Amino acid sequence: MTDKQRENLKNRIAVVAAWGVALIFFFPIFWMVLTSFKTEGQAIAVPPLLVFEPTLENYIEIQERTNYVKFAWNSVITSFGGTAVALLIAIPSAYAMAFNPTHRTKDILMWMLSTKMLPAVGVLMPIYFLAQKAGLFDTKLVLVIIYAMVNLPIVMLILFNYFREIPKEILEASRMDGTSTYNEIRQIVMPLAWGGIASTALLSIILCWNEAFWSIVLTTTEASTLTAFVASFQAPEGLFWAKVSAVSTLACAPIVIFGWLAQKQLVQGLTFGAVK
Amino acid sequence: MNRTLVRLLQAPSIILLLLWMIVPLSMTLYFSTIRYNLLYPEREGFIGLENYRFFWTDAAFFPALMNTLVLVGSVLIITVVLGLAISVLIDRPFRGRGIVRVMLISPFFIMPTVSALVWKNMMMDPTTGLFAAMWNAMGWQPIEWLQDMPLFSIILMVSWQWTPFAILIFMTSLQSQDQEQKEAATLDGAGFWSQFYNLTLPHMARPISIVILIQMIFHLSIFAEIFVTTSGGPGVQSTNLTYLIYIQSQQAFDVGVASAGGVFAIILANIVAIFLIRAVGKTLTV
Repeated sequence: MTDKQRENLKNRIAVVAAWGVALIFFFPIFWMVLTSFKTEGQAIAVPPLLVFEPTLENYIEIQERTNYVKFAWNSVITSFGGTAVALLIAIPSAYAMAFNPTHRTKDILMWMLSTKMLPAVGVLMPIYFLAQKAGLFDTKLVLVIIYAMVNLPIVMLILFNYFREIPKEILEASRMDGTSTYNEIRQIVMPLAWGGIASTALLSIILCWNEAFWSIVLTTTEASTLTAFVASFQAPEGLFWAKVSAVSTLACAPIVIFGWLAQKQLVQGLTFGAVK
Repeated sequence: MNRTLVRLLQAPSIILLLLWMIVPLSMTLYFSTIRYNLLYPEREGFIGLENYRFFWTDAAFFPALMNTLVLVGSVLIITVVLGLAISVLIDRPFRGRGIVRVMLISPFFIMPTVSALVWKNMMMDPTTGLFAAMWNAMGWQPIEWLQDMPLFSIILMVSWQWTPFAILIFMTSLQSQDQEQKEAATLDGAGFWSQFYNLTLPHMARPISIVILIQMIFHLSIFAEIFVTTSGGPGVQSTNLTYLIYIQSQQAFDVGVASAGGVFAIILANIVAIFLIRAVGKTLTV
């Protein structure tokens, strides 16, 4: 065997291994989606069924017989709402910091990041009581507020990094022309930073959507999100695996697709800008 | 922009985060020093460090602390080693690479409660799960995963979710590796391992440390996976600190003790946080 042939063989083995590993990792997701198209009987068949006649009845039934739509709506409101609030607070701040940095700017950003490290369970009781006192227990609003605050540091840091990449010369030129600050943000910075803002929003939405601790602790029936709704199937009584799979598939599909789309930005966001 | 405007624009985020941090934190500190049980509202008053002592000497505390460390440590080793191996494996052009990447990172985007249910019901169930079917096919006795090895089962689930995170980060970092350097090394006759050890690993040192630190922060507070699958059991075999504190507050209604536990969790997280923030700070240019 020549060196070239050996190299080729090695490469081929690597490719087969890569596919093998990928299939193993993806398998539980594939199986969940598959199960969602089975009848309840087929879902618990021994041995497990790979080939069967698919049915849509689970999807129809969860729309009709459960509050799935309500919980999905709660998830949409809380994750988009939390993200919107975080962006609204962060955009002006990150803008000001990026274009007028002082010697304290870095410390402020690092401090903000440190608030993200506060474990939720450490402030469980205070948040619980405050929510109850304010009459916000089991409301979407309390989750919007918490998600906004929890994600604010990450949003700030990523936006700051994006704004930093906008060349200062462009801004200086426009200032010479006497553009007001408001117009400067609206006409120059926003169009340039739009991509960064969109991907920051995407990351924040993903994190909110999958958040499980606060939604389980702070909601009971009214404001439960999909994570809490899915968690309610943990009880062994009345396990309906095919229906649970259908709920799970619907709950995860949009976020998985979001994740695929935003891979690159996610790396930056998830590592707080440390890996680009 | 004048300086007042700059301050004004920065103020909301700083003030809100300050409140978000100070208010709950000082309440937790305060609760942790008073007698405060929702079941016995008549007992009250300052008790110093009594809650801490109670939390500390609770029979479940030491197992929970050990479980937390074992959980975090094992998941870290599994995800970093697997993540490195897999990302090096797919760091070459081949047909279908895009699909392979998408399949590999997908588990990270599955919500934790869903992933826990899928593993509990469809993979690990001792009668109808896929593992049971595999074990039966091999002629072995199926394992009662969540009964017999609860902590290991949770490690498996969490690793399935977080190896993709490591792959995602490592994959990106590998792309910025100097290819010419690698080619030169190949021409000089350096084999795969010597290249991996001398070129790739040093290049990956930073991403690896970042991945470890970020995962530590998240894994110290694993909750949903335990809540949905084992509820911390059997006994306290799969109870971690987060879950123990959750039990204290939501089932024993002991606010004081739960708060003392919370302070403990905060200190633990902060030890990690200091290192993470330093690592991030190095890359931030102001």
